Amino acid sequence: MSVKTLKIDGIDIAIEEGATVLDAARQAGVPIPTLCHLDGVGDIGACRLCLVEVGGSRRLLPACVTEVAEGMEVQTNTPKLQEYRRMTVELLFSEGNHVCAVCVANGHCELQDVAIQVGMDHSRFTYRFPDRGVDVSHEQFGIDHNRCILCTRCVRVCDEIEGAHVWDVAQRGAACYIVSGLNQPWGEVDACTSCGKCVDACPTGAIFRKGSTTGEKERDRAKLDFLVTAREKHEWTR
Amino acid sequence: MDKVRFATVWLAGCSGCHMSFLDMDEWLIELAQHVDVVYSPVGSDLKHYPENVDVCLVEGGIANEDNLELILQVRRQTKILISFGDCAVTANVPAMRNMLGGAEPVLKRAYLELGDVGPQLPHEPGIVPELLDRVLPVHEVVPVDIYMPGCPPPADRIRATLEPLLRGEMPLMEGREMIKFG
Repeated sequence: MSVKTLKIDGIDIAIEEGATVLDAARQAGVPIPTLCHLDGVGDIGACRLCLVEVGGSRRLLPACVTEVAEGMEVQTNTPKLQEYRRMTVELLFSEGNHVCAVCVANGHCELQDVAIQVGMDHSRFTYRFPDRGVDVSHEQFGIDHNRCILCTRCVRVCDEIEGAHVWDVAQRGAACYIVSGLNQPWGEVDACTSCGKCVDACPTGAIFRKGSTTGEKERDRAKLDFLVTAREKHEWTR
Repeated sequence: MDKVRFATVWLAGCSGCHMSFLDMDEWLIELAQHVDVVYSPVGSDLKHYPENVDVCLVEGGIANEDNLELILQVRRQTKILISFGDCAVTANVPAMRNMLGGAEPVLKRAYLELGDVGPQLPHEPGIVPELLDRVLPVHEVVPVDIYMPGCPPPADRIRATLEPLLRGEMPLMEGREMIKFG
């Protein structure tokens, strides 16, 4: 297997061909904030939090879907990137209806964590207060679209790990939302196996177990890791 | 050194931030050595917001005409305005009515559709302040100097914000201890 060498924030790194800049940064211990990335499922570059500067490119590139190349020089934490990341998080907060105080994920929310990480003490963008729905037709789970950031982790985990493909994305732009089945109430979707992987994958409180109240949503992310390891490395015990 | 002229105001919030302020317990006695409380629902009986305030904690968003009038006055008469808690910083729970549209659908929903006995819309000009169409965070109405998120901000966060101000320094608002929402 061919190896590529590159520099991330001045650190020399050697990594196998085909790896992403995010893989390389993690190997080197360089922290890059992410939201839509989930270990074990494919990357799509939806959230733009992992944007980095790559020498020779005028555009900022998402580290999770940019392959390493020989001699690449990557910067992950310039003032420009810090500013863009903070704006990205502010836009996520102002786009939906994120009311941490009454959210099941309060204290266990990756959006909340990222806000702290990028130093967001308020949003400079005007809140939209969109009119979005809540679907609690499923016996065990609910989805609150107000809290959704359209990272599509649920779509990917259901498709790639569970193989049920209950979820997908409908509409475009600001009107985008996550649909279950053929845009049916979740509870009516026969394909759903009620496995709960989407609950564990969701970074916010958008997909939750019914009956959990403020701050009670804790995920079993290790379950997803275990399933991926089992499949890829045939390690069947946890 | 002259005492800091200190105020707190309560707009569209639940008063939880003020309760958290009182939760600073014995440090309030220390604080009292350094400040004159010139206006506060929990620390003063004065009815009019005074001139030349040095530091003001503002709890709550801007939801009605009284809130709007007071915040404009606070901004004019205050050096350092602190958005105190999630309702001031994001409009938070009171702003969940914004999803229903303007003030009229909100009032109709609350007082007519859900009114159990004698449903009627409240209308007492000069006594009951009219609702604004949307609840707004403070910084969408007037400039804010310091943002202190939290629902409520824990007492330690309030103290860590005020202590540097008493020394004439600005607090550093970063990290989980200082800026976690919720």
